[in-house]
Amino acid sequence: MNLLDRPPLLVCRDLRFAWNGLRDVIALPRLEVRRDERVFIHGPSGSGKSTLLSLITGMITPRIGNITLLGKPLSHLPATRRDRLRADHIGYIFQQFNLLPYLDVVDNVLLSCAFSRRRHANASLAGSCRDEAERLLDALGLDGAALQRQRATELSVGQQQRVAAARALIGHPELIVADEPTSALDTDARDAFLDLLLAECARHHSGLLFVSHDLGLAKHFDRMVRLDAMPQTAAA
Amino acid sequence: MRLLVLAFKSMRQRRYAVALTVLTIALSVLLLLGVDRLRRQAHSSFASTVSGTDLIVGARSGPVNLLLYAIFHVGDATSNVSWQSYQEIAALPEVAWTVPISLGDSHRGFRVMGTTTAFFDRYRYGAGNRLGFAEGAPFGDLYDAVIGAQVARRLHYRLGQSIVIAHGFGGMRQMLHADKPFRVVGILAPTGTPVDGTVMVSLAGIEAIHVDWRSGMRLPGMQISAAQARTMNLTPTSITAFMVGLKSRLATFAVQRAVNDYTAEPLLAILPGVALDQLWNLVGAAENTLRAVSAMVVLVGLCGMLTALLTMLDERRREMAILRAVGAPAHAVFLLLLSESALLAIAGIVLGVALLYAMLAVVRGVVQERLGIMLTLSPPAPGEWLLMGAVLVMALLAGCLPAWIAYRRSLADGLRMRL
Ligand SMILES: Nc1ncnc2c1ncn2[C@@H]1O[C@H](COP(=O)(O)OP(=O)(O)O)[C@@H](O)[C@H]1O
Ligand SMILES: [Mg+2]
Repeated sequence: MNLLDRPPLLVCRDLRFAWNGLRDVIALPRLEVRRDERVFIHGPSGSGKSTLLSLITGMITPRIGNITLLGKPLSHLPATRRDRLRADHIGYIFQQFNLLPYLDVVDNVLLSCAFSRRRHANASLAGSCRDEAERLLDALGLDGAALQRQRATELSVGQQQRVAAARALIGHPELIVADEPTSALDTDARDAFLDLLLAECARHHSGLLFVSHDLGLAKHFDRMVRLDAMPQTAAA
Repeated sequence: MRLLVLAFKSMRQRRYAVALTVLTIALSVLLLLGVDRLRRQAHSSFASTVSGTDLIVGARSGPVNLLLYAIFHVGDATSNVSWQSYQEIAALPEVAWTVPISLGDSHRGFRVMGTTTAFFDRYRYGAGNRLGFAEGAPFGDLYDAVIGAQVARRLHYRLGQSIVIAHGFGGMRQMLHADKPFRVVGILAPTGTPVDGTVMVSLAGIEAIHVDWRSGMRLPGMQISAAQARTMNLTPTSITAFMVGLKSRLATFAVQRAVNDYTAEPLLAILPGVALDQLWNLVGAAENTLRAVSAMVVLVGLCGMLTALLTMLDERRREMAILRAVGAPAHAVFLLLLSESALLAIAGIVLGVALLYAMLAVVRGVVQERLGIMLTLSPPAPGEWLLMGAVLVMALLAGCLPAWIAYRRSLADGLRMRL
């Protein structure tokens, strides 16, 4: 298949969304992400960055406009189909507290394979999902069987974020979405995390949507998108 | 399946709260099933104890009272039936057989019953079963005794064992009939009736140990040896009660009336089945109250579960957001919480049943001795499965509340992580 024939990874058009029906939090004419592309999203707190990510991951649907993920009309699919698309094609990293405290590190990574056949199949191409999880953790600097069998809560915040990255990456999802994943880290941990995340995304050919209010990180990305807080008026 | 595993692991992390919740449910299930089982086994055990006897005759008291002390050895007779009256009623033309019963003494906590060898031929239990001898034979000699299966088992008695009978049922040391020991000549096969916990001797034997006693006291300065007693007239002056078998069941009410109208002394004849029904009527209200209370306790147990699940919901919002982020549909959140309720309830029920059997195993000896109720360790009856199912269904219904709240919240939260 010709590369040019492939639909772009993500296309958002004329998005509008309001949490309470009174005020649009999101008014986004156009956002496009190509495969392999790294996009940096920033904006002041409350400008709707997280809300935009909820739309893109299919957790919520826009009031107006449409979102297409890998050619599929995400915003117009029923909820369970959207959940499936998210499970199959998107790896998500929260700002903090990414891990289930009652699972060990490896099982936290394997969570992504538990809810997606596709990612389970992808991850077990070269052996088992568990092998792949351990390989990813190694690559992210979390090597050693002892560490990988630890409970997630016993890790440092920086380590936890890297486990979250491994969980987002396992099974080669096309899109990695990260919502301020470095804001709880100190400078060293932040740089180390970003380097590893970017390297792994490149290796897996995953697109990356990265939210941060730290403009100093923007230079690592192909493109920057700025969200502005919507004026405090009623929705049109 | 993976949700069950997640629910299980999540609960393992909260194991103290979970253990307490399971224990609460288990105890309530224990009470519910225990009350039900005790009730059913009391009914069947009592009903199977008096088959094949048409009438029971004793001194005039209440029918239930007479039934309880004569057959179940619960409580004591207030007065006796004179030997004279017994002879006259036994001689009525409608009467096929009689078995006298003389109670009042004991051996190491077991009742001693004076009777005749007719008892071994006439007594029926369950669906008309006859008494069987595991070893030995009915008593022949004056100082022979036959013991029930439980007596033999608990006291490790074999044939030939010498036993001493105590006066009354208190078991006080100074009140032993130590001068006239008995010898075990027969051991009965188990019946599941009060017979198992009874030592049976002849009426003359009972008479012999009391020849030098009057009104519960040894006569001072009067000592009659076991050998001397053999030479004396050992016809009893009175007995406690007697069982009557009729030639024709049609005569039942006529004989009953004749006994009740007996002029020489106030007597009472009862139909065992009718007296049993009266007994159940009597205790029916108490039974229902007990069942209602045990059902309430189950509700309390389930409320405890709800409390535990609901208070944990807040701190689990993150957990739900993570699951949603990795692709779990919203209904998976509902199912996860519901399966926790199911696991808690199932664990509670299983533990409750285990506790029930442990408890039965521990108390059955005492219950059989004190109440004459045979508690079997049989597998759960259909009714009990029904009760367990009802508890599970109620737990699932209750579990829908936290599940629904978590479901609504996870839809509203989206990927916003509440800290
Ligand atoms: N789950 C939600 N329910 C209701 N309102 C929300 C929810 N998430 C965010 N909001 C509101 O939407 C606005 C944008 O929030 P958010 O998208 O979190 O901004 P950012 O991530 O840029 O800080 C805020 O006013 C916030 O209160
Ligand atoms: Mg945000």
